[in-house]
Amino acid sequence: MTVFDKSTEGRTGFFLPKEESYGYEPSDVLPENSVRKESPLLPQLSELQVMRHFTGLSEKNYSVDGGFYPLGSCTMKYNPRLNERIASLEGFSQIHPYQAEDTVQGALEVMYNLQNFLCEITGMDSFTLQPAAGAHGELVGMLLMKKYFELKGESNRKKVIVPDSAHGTNPASAVMAGFEVIEVPSNGNGRVDLRSLGEILDENIAGIMLTNPNTVGLFENEICEIQEMAHDKGALLYYDGANLNAIMGHARPGDMGFDIVHLNLHKTFSTPHGMGGPGSGPVGVKSILKDLLPVPVVRFDGSKFSLDYHLPNSIGKVRSFYGNFGVFLKAYAYILTLGGDGLKRASEMAVLNANYLRTRLSKLIPTAYPGLCMHEFVLKGSKLVSEYGVKTLDVAKRLLDYGIHPPTIYFPLIVDEALMVEPTETETKEALDNFADTFERILSEAKEDPNILKAAPQKTVVGRLDEATASRKPKTRWSKDT
Amino acid sequence: MKKYAATHEWVSVEGKTATVGISDHAQDHLGDIVYVDLPEVGKSLKKGDVFCTIESVKAASDIYAPISGKVIEVNEELDSSPEKINEDAEGSGWIAKIEMSNESELDSLMDLEAYKKHCEEEG
Ligand SMILES: Cc1ncc(COP(=O)(O)O)c(C=O)c1O
Repeated sequence: MTVFDKSTEGRTGFFLPKEESYGYEPSDVLPENSVRKESPLLPQLSELQVMRHFTGLSEKNYSVDGGFYPLGSCTMKYNPRLNERIASLEGFSQIHPYQAEDTVQGALEVMYNLQNFLCEITGMDSFTLQPAAGAHGELVGMLLMKKYFELKGESNRKKVIVPDSAHGTNPASAVMAGFEVIEVPSNGNGRVDLRSLGEILDENIAGIMLTNPNTVGLFENEICEIQEMAHDKGALLYYDGANLNAIMGHARPGDMGFDIVHLNLHKTFSTPHGMGGPGSGPVGVKSILKDLLPVPVVRFDGSKFSLDYHLPNSIGKVRSFYGNFGVFLKAYAYILTLGGDGLKRASEMAVLNANYLRTRLSKLIPTAYPGLCMHEFVLKGSKLVSEYGVKTLDVAKRLLDYGIHPPTIYFPLIVDEALMVEPTETETKEALDNFADTFERILSEAKEDPNILKAAPQKTVVGRLDEATASRKPKTRWSKDT
Repeated sequence: MKKYAATHEWVSVEGKTATVGISDHAQDHLGDIVYVDLPEVGKSLKKGDVFCTIESVKAASDIYAPISGKVIEVNEELDSSPEKINEDAEGSGWIAKIEMSNESELDSLMDLEAYKKHCEEEG
């Protein structure tokens, strides 16, 4: 039931001052086309009804706080409450972006230190905290790349190479920045195929965008060869750091030869990914690119922190004010509480959990690629189709009936009937076993009666949604007549 | 004469005109199709060019021109009924008609039997 269905004519929970009490008519102060001719069609409910309505909706929601959420590529891990508490401290939450610099020295110090921490963790020379999310960081990285070649007089470099397994935002960001995207195929081991890469690399390539570990959860073990090939042709190497939670403290993109990186603070560094508020996608660069970073940059002269807007070659401003400050605080608190050893251990746990689950699940469905994985792995569900006549989608829907959020499905595109599992570092062995047991049970259901899966979910608030009609004939807003 | 490309498009030839679409196997893999970005009439294509994009509930996929030539007609019905491709991919779900510029390219395409084998090997 929508809040409109619960509406009763004349019921109200709040009294607004009468229009007359303003002392003027709306038409006195607003242009004619902005003045309402009739009252807006708002639902009419008591305050308690509103409270119950929205509390009820929130209870129907599925969250990491409520259950296991192995959504591959998304790092749906638990984010310690401590970091939320730090971020809501009054001294941080009640300051204003227009306040004078000397009244917000503490906030600037957090940003300055965080930039340095991120440099240390990634092996880069300089960081900007401004981009608002991963995809935004990618766009900033691509704009940096473009500007770099413009200044070098190499504007002929109009193409960017992206692997066929890449997250969709990678090619999209490159195109947004004005590049043409060329796809490089993966080899049989799920890594970049070096021969094909060699064939497409030439003096018109601006850069290569890679994720390491890549989107199928595998470490690009020929990364040194790739960086040499790229740099030999004068191209730059871009690192999508959305998967950094697999290698923190163990390996650094800067040392692998990457020139530009973005990180997803919301994922790796303790802000929930999606629905939990804004994200943050800081971008780090090697020193050859540091003068191109967006303004302002936080500086420290030994006694005072300040914002520097004077970078003549900067790509400009990419975000209002200074980025999503609340997310910086959570990342800062997370890094400080875990420390270097803790971050290292977080990565180890992410990889250990993934490999434990991979070992159990691959007895049921084959993995797409052989060998150890990093923080996530991909199963190839085509066997389900040929043996039981059910699709990956049906398995995912059935998991909902058992109260588990399904893994990512049908991504990456290069794996048929893909199921991509990322258990994250914060789950216990019991949670992983419960997931594997449930999976096993669903597969035996598939064997006995595939219709159970095809009719799933049955126990959720809504049954199987008609995604095709929703996309073909979308209704994006409520109207009185529907 | 009907032929198939390794990238899962089909071509049906009548005189100098080739009708092209995606194979039944391809539509089955894409799942419910929700949008077809049709090529422009008059556009010249080289074999292998992306000439159309199909969005399904799973993904957006590029469709490659199986032969070179000029687009002379597109299946405008797909604008309002993209599901035509799911229902009849190799018939009324055709995408475009192309006036071929190099008929010898047809020789490099597969017949049905070879295509079926290709799909099995890929699967
Ligand atoms: C590998 C990869 N790259 C990029 C992104 C984009 O990040 P965002 O969702 O913050 O834009 C994601 C999303 O989680 C991702 O998994």
